[in-house]
Amino acid sequence: MDPLILSRMQFGANISFHILFPTITIALGWVLLFFKLRYNATNDSAWMRAYFTWVKVFALSFAMGVVSGVTMSFQFGTNWPGYMEHVGNIAGPLLAYEILTAFFLEAAFLGIMLFGFRRVSNRVHTLATVLVAGGTTLSAFWIIALNSWMQTPAGFEMRDGVAHAVDWWAIVFNPSMPYRLVHMLLASGLTVSFLIAGLSALRYLKGDRSESMWKALRTGVFTAAILIPIQILAGDQHGLNTLEHQPQKIAAMEANWNTGPNVPLVLFALPDEAAKGNKFEVTIPDGASLILRHSTDGVVPGLNDFPGNHPPVFPLFWSFRIMVGTGLLMLAVAWSAAFFLKRRHSLPRPLALLMVPMALSGWLATLAGWYTTEIGRQPWLVTGVLKTADAVGPVAGSHVALTLAVYLLLYVLLLIAYLGVLVHLALKAAKDGDTSPLPGVLNAALSQPAAGE
Amino acid sequence: MTYDWPTLLPLIFAGLMGLAILIYVILDGFDLGIGILFAAAEDTEQDTMIAAIGPFWDANETWLVLAVGLLLVAFPLAHGVILTALYIPVFVLLVGLILRGVAFDFRAKVPAGRKHRWNRIFFLGSLIASLAQGYMLGVYVLGLDVGIGGMAFGALVAFCLAAAYAAMGSAWVIYKTEGELQKKAARWLRTALVLTALGMAAVSLATPFASPRIFDKWFVWPQMLYLSPLPILSALLFLWLWRQTFHLPRPDDRHALTPFLTLATIFALGFAGLAWSFYPYVVPDRLTIWQAASATESLAIILVGTVVVLPIIIFYSFYAYRVFGGKATDLTYD
Repeated sequence: MDPLILSRMQFGANISFHILFPTITIALGWVLLFFKLRYNATNDSAWMRAYFTWVKVFALSFAMGVVSGVTMSFQFGTNWPGYMEHVGNIAGPLLAYEILTAFFLEAAFLGIMLFGFRRVSNRVHTLATVLVAGGTTLSAFWIIALNSWMQTPAGFEMRDGVAHAVDWWAIVFNPSMPYRLVHMLLASGLTVSFLIAGLSALRYLKGDRSESMWKALRTGVFTAAILIPIQILAGDQHGLNTLEHQPQKIAAMEANWNTGPNVPLVLFALPDEAAKGNKFEVTIPDGASLILRHSTDGVVPGLNDFPGNHPPVFPLFWSFRIMVGTGLLMLAVAWSAAFFLKRRHSLPRPLALLMVPMALSGWLATLAGWYTTEIGRQPWLVTGVLKTADAVGPVAGSHVALTLAVYLLLYVLLLIAYLGVLVHLALKAAKDGDTSPLPGVLNAALSQPAAGE
Repeated sequence: MTYDWPTLLPLIFAGLMGLAILIYVILDGFDLGIGILFAAAEDTEQDTMIAAIGPFWDANETWLVLAVGLLLVAFPLAHGVILTALYIPVFVLLVGLILRGVAFDFRAKVPAGRKHRWNRIFFLGSLIASLAQGYMLGVYVLGLDVGIGGMAFGALVAFCLAAAYAAMGSAWVIYKTEGELQKKAARWLRTALVLTALGMAAVSLATPFASPRIFDKWFVWPQMLYLSPLPILSALLFLWLWRQTFHLPRPDDRHALTPFLTLATIFALGFAGLAWSFYPYVVPDRLTIWQAASATESLAIILVGTVVVLPIIIFYSFYAYRVFGGKATDLTYD
């Protein structure tokens, strides 16, 4: 098979697997800090129990993120040497800053955060939690900066086919960067709040009514209920930004084949690139014009403006709809759960049953969103600068096929094991309830065990 | 040689990358080694051994990301050439690292009945990763394009590097544990040392004979004289440490860290020898560090960050090691 498509599939598989875990750790770090600070303020041990349940999920997710992230750093060289050859002067420093300022910070203080509870004072432990959470967020900042630069490059000039930096401020804060960063951080927050709400709902269904379950459940549901409308607004702004800078992506997302006013919003269709049209269309008249231009006769760009230079329509159209559909479902579930928790102090059983699979809704929406934006960049690797086909390495297709197959197998098995452990941890917590042994929390460090002790 | 920025910056980055690789090999060396030693340890010993590396392994592995990252950002051309040439070994390395990294966490969180499975995966992952690194070193030393003989040499180096990591692991266990396990580790160290010495001798001899250029760098007067401390000192340290293993642990557990530091010194000496052999090439006999380097302004902006951040990283890494100093106790989240 063609090494280009195989390498793309491999990179897609690796980065899809990788992004699942940072999406959890970025926001979960802050949630753990919240649990910790609540405990410090109230002295209510249920907060600490919630902390100890979820810090295990954090540790496991972090490990999965680290090992899949190491894979990513090698992939650039093994499969995409053209990438660093052409834009290494831009991508290099951004990646270097990620490693130097964020990666080490997380890794060094993670040990203290996870295992240092009895070794350092409560204050230092809280500080370690802050540094780990801050490190994961900083990591996201640099990676999003680089990704956004590939979408909407700025602040550079080309010399002999190689990009050279001119203005680092413009490179980092390129036109789509602030929108993408906000969108991603909110996505992380939603993924975590639905994960916490979903696993707590599982505990609820198992009859667990312990204080730590309630605290986790409320935290998850209320955070989700607050974040989801903000995310919808942020997503809308991100879309308008894309319309301005990458109109061909919007045209493909909306499956709009001809530029013009009064463009309908396509709810359902099977886009057909060969026929340059949609089959089985279900539309809302003037909908797309209204959403994108805020007027019924607003002009929406169509694919006819970008012959041979637009992303594939079918995957973009559908991944975008999956993301939006999941988002709307999240809105409905989060708000009804928040209503019941606030007014009735209980969850109806059907809602709790629905919340359990919704624990993974954040993953689904995040992946669908990333597919939309990344496939939407094709055929370019760096928009207008480097085509994906020109960056692929000289490795034989058979080699890539072999490694791709093993990676896929490995990832499927690891995902099964990961989800199995999450359910196991939730069931174990449900069984223990408030009777699990609670560690003493001291404001001073315990003396370190001496040799022979 | 003129001393302007375009000349100096690639040199500085080659030095930084070398430093990152050396630190990685020493630090991840001991935790990979402990994974390899899992095969020879009892159930309860395995828990203690994990406790001895639990808080550190993640930060240790980050040095690999930094080393590859520096290769990627400072020498993008070399990064492409080396990694495409080593496509399959790199893949094997990554699978090994993935397996051991997750096994580490899974073994502590799965239902008790499945712990054994993850212990085995931890061992296998550590072994695979070590072998892959050794193979890559062997093939790199011979200049990347190798035939069947080169592959055999790679396999030899792979085996010896795994032994070297096992030696590092044993030395770390000697430092972090006590009682029976500590005595056992001294015996492990003795065996692993012999294989390590064999591997270092093999690489030291193969390197000059694989390339006439490297031969000329070593075997000319007076360089030979200046360089002679490297092999002589290494050999002496090997001998001394090997004799020490018969007397470990010392009364009151004095000098428990000495075997580890000795091994680290030997690694550093060996690394210095390799660095001297390959300088100024980053891809042996093909690309020099200046040919492969990024643009000067890009290197400059990375250097600014590195100079500020690296000392901070080293400082808080020391702090983390200090927090978990002393003998390993049970690892708990509370």
